[in-house]
Amino acid sequence: MTMKSTKATGISRRRLLATASAGAALAVSPFRINIVHADEGTIKVGFPVPLTGPYGTEAQDQVRAAEVAIAEFNEGGGLNGRKAELLVRDDKLNPGEAATRTLELIEKDKVSFIVGSLSASVQLAVNNVTKERKVIYNSISQSDVINEAKDFSKYTFHEALNPHITAGAVGRYAFQKFGKKVAFLTADYAYGHEMVRGFQRAGKPFGIETLVDIRHPIGTTDFSALLPRIQALKPDILCISNFGRDQQISLKQATDFGMKKSMKIIAPVLLFTGRLAAGAQAFEGVIGGTSYYWGIEDKVASAKAFNDRFRKMHDGKVPSDYGALGYGGVMTLLMGAKKAGTLDADKVIEAVEALKYDYYKGPEYYRKCDHQAVQSVLIIESKSKPEKGPADVFNVLTVEEPNEANLRTCEELGHKA
Amino acid sequence: MAGLTFDLLAMQLFTGLALGAIYVLFAIGLSLIFGMLMVVNFAHGAFFMVGAYVGLFVLMLGGDFWTALVVVPLAVGLIGLVVERFLVRPLYGRGIDYPLLLTFGLGYVMIELVRIAFGKTGYPFDTPELLQGAVNIGIGYFPLYRLFVLGAAVAVLLGLWLFLEKTSFGLIIRAGARDPQIVRVLGVDVSRVWLVVFGIGTGIAGLAGVLAAPLQGVIPEMGSTILAEAFVVTVVGGMGSIGGAVIAGLLVGVVVSMTSLFAPEMAKVSIFALMALVLLVRPQGFFGRAGLMS
Repeated sequence: MTMKSTKATGISRRRLLATASAGAALAVSPFRINIVHADEGTIKVGFPVPLTGPYGTEAQDQVRAAEVAIAEFNEGGGLNGRKAELLVRDDKLNPGEAATRTLELIEKDKVSFIVGSLSASVQLAVNNVTKERKVIYNSISQSDVINEAKDFSKYTFHEALNPHITAGAVGRYAFQKFGKKVAFLTADYAYGHEMVRGFQRAGKPFGIETLVDIRHPIGTTDFSALLPRIQALKPDILCISNFGRDQQISLKQATDFGMKKSMKIIAPVLLFTGRLAAGAQAFEGVIGGTSYYWGIEDKVASAKAFNDRFRKMHDGKVPSDYGALGYGGVMTLLMGAKKAGTLDADKVIEAVEALKYDYYKGPEYYRKCDHQAVQSVLIIESKSKPEKGPADVFNVLTVEEPNEANLRTCEELGHKA
Repeated sequence: MAGLTFDLLAMQLFTGLALGAIYVLFAIGLSLIFGMLMVVNFAHGAFFMVGAYVGLFVLMLGGDFWTALVVVPLAVGLIGLVVERFLVRPLYGRGIDYPLLLTFGLGYVMIELVRIAFGKTGYPFDTPELLQGAVNIGIGYFPLYRLFVLGAAVAVLLGLWLFLEKTSFGLIIRAGARDPQIVRVLGVDVSRVWLVVFGIGTGIAGLAGVLAAPLQGVIPEMGSTILAEAFVVTVVGGMGSIGGAVIAGLLVGVVVSMTSLFAPEMAKVSIFALMALVLLVRPQGFFGRAGLMS
């Protein structure tokens, strides 16, 4: 045969052989799994978190803890033998980037669930994508807004605490103990305002007097101009509502000015990683709230089990507060799927809503109207120096038990009854 | 406003001056390098940050804070000398843009190198034990360490002034700033003069960095935020003028402090408002030479 006729008519033998062998190779290769429909193969959990950027440390700990959850689920047999797989993506703490990564995870990688994201605005961006695509999303960082009706959808879950309940719990503990005259130093953005709102709401029954509420721009590196005024007002309690580096620097400088001698400093949230970054001196004596601290393992069996699994998988390290959320967020969805026996979103949602669980910190359940995890809040105080190793940084003063009454009501959030 | 007493106002003013001292120390190197070398050093913030990290490194090796105070300006100054000799010098005579772009890129490179060497999250930096605590300065309690920084700034400025006014090398530097051509004609190697000035400017920036470390900890980005303030001080004071940098730095510190008392959200903006005001009235800054940019 001449070359001319093979070009014009059908497939040449060489090409047929090539295609067939390629197809056979593809059929036995591991790539095959990605091409099949999402009903078979591994259960994919998408995990967009800010691996780069100011919260990289927290995000990386969330990844480590999520890996523990995936391993535990797989060891327990998975969903009828189907194992789970974690697909980690870097959202760079940017809402646009997060939305793109989430879309990619859903469309290209065919994930069944999305768990992730720090920063309220990034969570909302992810949520907008997942609710449109009807994929279940479990948000694992603080946000007041994600519970509200306008952003919520039945696919949205919130394993983390919100500023309202965390600030409220700390307030309820501190206002009865330390006094009624309160000064506020607040970061001037949504999170700061939400924390102050939580404190004020909790403080009303105690009759607290707000002496001043100083709003500072986020990213402030020098608070010296704001502190003399607070000192002059002589408050019983100084409530510092900010996050991350702002919190570390403001606590350091408040300590330098000797303010701890004349007033008690409280913060809505104290991060394990933040305390390690700022050092013992800056955080000493400060009281705050948290969703998880590894130190509760003496009292809570599930915490010990989780810590031990984490230690085994990650060189003896202990999980941080945000890390534990990575574990909880993934575990609840996988266990819900296991209970439902399927990955069908509506059935999983039903199963998770009915879940009464204790995976790592004590009893929890999701409130039906906004899928907020109703859980305990730990009130912690930072130690002056670690005693039992470098991770021994906090004392758990008390535990506020899970109570729906401490959340904003469903009506208040805009959910119809 | 509730609680506004004379004591509070006095304390706020004093805090402003102490804050201003840090601004002065940081801006002076920038002003010197711009005024004498006509180089806009966008890497100035990076030198500040490197100073803090060199200080951290000295502490990690087991040294104390006082050793760091001596080592840091020398080490960072040395880096500055190398940068000037091999990176900036080839670009002289080509206008203001080339060194500007170079230092801009250099800043990024320095930040990345520090990130690679020390990680991205930063480290705490404890105040040296001798300087911990607050003292009663009559109108209230003030951190002892900030008083030390104020004192250190005064000492550095005094030293710099003595060097420039009373030594023969200082005389050459001042002459070189006034008219480099004539100085060359008189047989002085102007490039060596500029090398030294660049080294001094960056060395002081590094010192400012290690002094700032106990106030805010060290992170690789710590120089970027303060750079804007340094430019404001340089522009308001007049480029190349040490006296101008001092007055402008203190003024900026006081403006930030007083604004924080009445409208804390406006504190950051207030310094740019000040700069706009000064530029409208006197474009060369307080003590700058008119027509420097032309």
